[in-house]
Amino acid sequence: MRDIHARLKQRHHLGQFERQRPGLAFFTVPREYLRGLLLDLRDKEGFSHLVLLTAVDWMEEGLFQLTYMLNNRAEDVTFGIRVMLDRDEAEGDSIHDLWPTAETYQRELKEMFGINFPGSPRIDDEFILEGWTDLPPYRRDFDSLAYSQQTYAERPGRVTHDPREHMKQKLYPDGV
Amino acid sequence: MKDVDDKFLKNIDKEFPLREELRPRTVTTPDGQEIEIEPLKDYFCEAAPKVHPKAYIPIVENFYNWARANSLWILGFGTGCGAIEMRPLMTPRFDAYRYGIQWRPTPRQANLLMISGYLSVKTLKRAVRAYEQMQGPKYVVGLGSCTINGGMYWDSYNTIKKLDQYLPVDLYIAGCMPRPEALLAGFMDLKKLIKAGKCEGANKYAENFAFYKENQKSVIKDWDMPDYNW
Amino acid sequence: MTFEWIQVPYALATLFIILNYGLLMTAVVQKLAARVGGRPGIPVWQNYIDLVKNFALRSKISHGVMYYLGPVFRLSGGIGLIFFVPTIYGSTWAQNFSFAGDLILALYFIFFGTLGMALGAGESGHPHSAIGVSRGLAQVTAAELPMALAVYAIAIQYQTLSITEIVAAQQGGLFNWTLFTNPIAVAAAMFAYVGTTMRSPFDVVIAPQEIPIGPPTEYHSAYLALMQTNRVIFPIAKTIIYMNIFFGGATNWAEFAIKVFLLYMIPAVIGVVHPRFRVEQSIRFFLKWGLPVGVLAILMV
Repeated sequence: MRDIHARLKQRHHLGQFERQRPGLAFFTVPREYLRGLLLDLRDKEGFSHLVLLTAVDWMEEGLFQLTYMLNNRAEDVTFGIRVMLDRDEAEGDSIHDLWPTAETYQRELKEMFGINFPGSPRIDDEFILEGWTDLPPYRRDFDSLAYSQQTYAERPGRVTHDPREHMKQKLYPDGV
Repeated sequence: MKDVDDKFLKNIDKEFPLREELRPRTVTTPDGQEIEIEPLKDYFCEAAPKVHPKAYIPIVENFYNWARANSLWILGFGTGCGAIEMRPLMTPRFDAYRYGIQWRPTPRQANLLMISGYLSVKTLKRAVRAYEQMQGPKYVVGLGSCTINGGMYWDSYNTIKKLDQYLPVDLYIAGCMPRPEALLAGFMDLKKLIKAGKCEGANKYAENFAFYKENQKSVIKDWDMPDYNW
Repeated sequence: MTFEWIQVPYALATLFIILNYGLLMTAVVQKLAARVGGRPGIPVWQNYIDLVKNFALRSKISHGVMYYLGPVFRLSGGIGLIFFVPTIYGSTWAQNFSFAGDLILALYFIFFGTLGMALGAGESGHPHSAIGVSRGLAQVTAAELPMALAVYAIAIQYQTLSITEIVAAQQGGLFNWTLFTNPIAVAAAMFAYVGTTMRSPFDVVIAPQEIPIGPPTEYHSAYLALMQTNRVIFPIAKTIIYMNIFFGGATNWAEFAIKVFLLYMIPAVIGVVHPRFRVEQSIRFFLKWGLPVGVLAILMV
């Protein structure tokens, strides 16, 4: 693992190597080097499988983090490759020609986070939401609770207890 | 509980456009004619459902209700996780068939729609369609706390929280999820209700058609079907 | 053939008996399947309740004239089969309207219902119906081939096309039955019998788990009730023909009940222990095994 990282570090400007557990490690790569790195990993290092492509919303930093999980099946090694995108622009590079499955992930990201991947097939089609008109729901500035309360009818009588206070009341009603 | 975050306001200005293939338009036929088509009107019957009266003679109606109660045909449509609790009912351990309960694969032949668990907006659209295609008298049973008050999906952006706003529910079975025993007990209660002639969901739906449609359309923004699916 | 008006109520009485017998038999078979699976199964009167319920439904939707006629054709196929075949040999009133050429008519009626169904299901406009019907027709055609060949073999053997005469020729002892005088033809016909009673392993056409329920996808309420009625009558009617041609007929209702029950149990017992064939598999099965036996039966005679 470390040797692959060391080998590719210079050419692709890789970030810090972060080992999670045996066989799993993360590192960051600048957006413009992503494609070359993925190609190298796929064709030369045997990382033939795109496990998943997902995103994290770093709202405070104004960034979206894309995570590409690649797996080398022969050696049971998984790399998580992070790419930071600008949150306002929110546009990534499509890799559907490297792994056809990426097309589905990119459609999901477009719908749930609003990250566009120009050139990806059917990127504008609905993925699982139908007729969604609001902010993409996985963005952190979308308030799910408020949206739900403003949209769906509620049945009165629902109460929420703080578990700690509730159990304290129940077990020690005298306040011992 | 009503701690609405007033900083976040739902976007209510945006309308979802009708799908292109469903918009009214002019097309040229193969022989060169220009015709106006309006898919939603042309392909579907537009009539609203009507209220079907009970049989005139009470004893006949009672006999019919007895037959309906003892021959519940469930539409095999699992909307959420509760669908998994219905499967054991077909197995030797519970065997709902001995109570006259059967699963039918098509809404035309079913009388009982089980909303088994959470109902996302996308599934609600299908459930409404399936319900409207069933033949009356038809019954709806809501399964699990999700259909009652949202359950664990109380803050979800995409699941409804109160089923009886959208479909006329005859019976709720509480639990998360209710076990098959609870389902069987629920079926027995439903039978009692049907025998007492209290399950008039289809007529209720027809009477309050405007109310149900308004609620349905308020959450299903992508409304691409006729108002009533015959 | 002579016709008297008294035959009409007699035939209707026969139909009534057969309807009730069929309803009970269907329930018994379902019960059998349930017991094999370790379940208590439905009550034996469940089919009556289902029938009443379907007639009692308040709303129904028609998709056109042919849609309405589909179940009617189907039911008339079943009823016609009963009416034109003598149910009890030698009985004055269960003779129905049998006449000299009724064997050919019976062959036609076996198919009539399916064809009517094809037209009706086609008009319902549901793609599943159309697919289901074409699959069903393909399978039934393949299954009926050995039956047709066996019937020709029998017709040559007895030099008649009248079922009454065929039954008459088989009277007077067990070994006069076609089963023993022409076993190959009977074997060929049993292929068709198992294949067309719409029980597993040949019921993929109407199996609920398949292309949802096949032809009757759009049928509901009273339409479905009509088809259910036919579903219980038709196998019995078919069994009567087989009983008449191959198993010596019946001279009284008790013998009828026992023979039909035993014959009916053949596909039922085969059904509960066999998984379903796909349509192309069952067609291949009939063409490979049923058809040569049928041809052999003709050659043997």
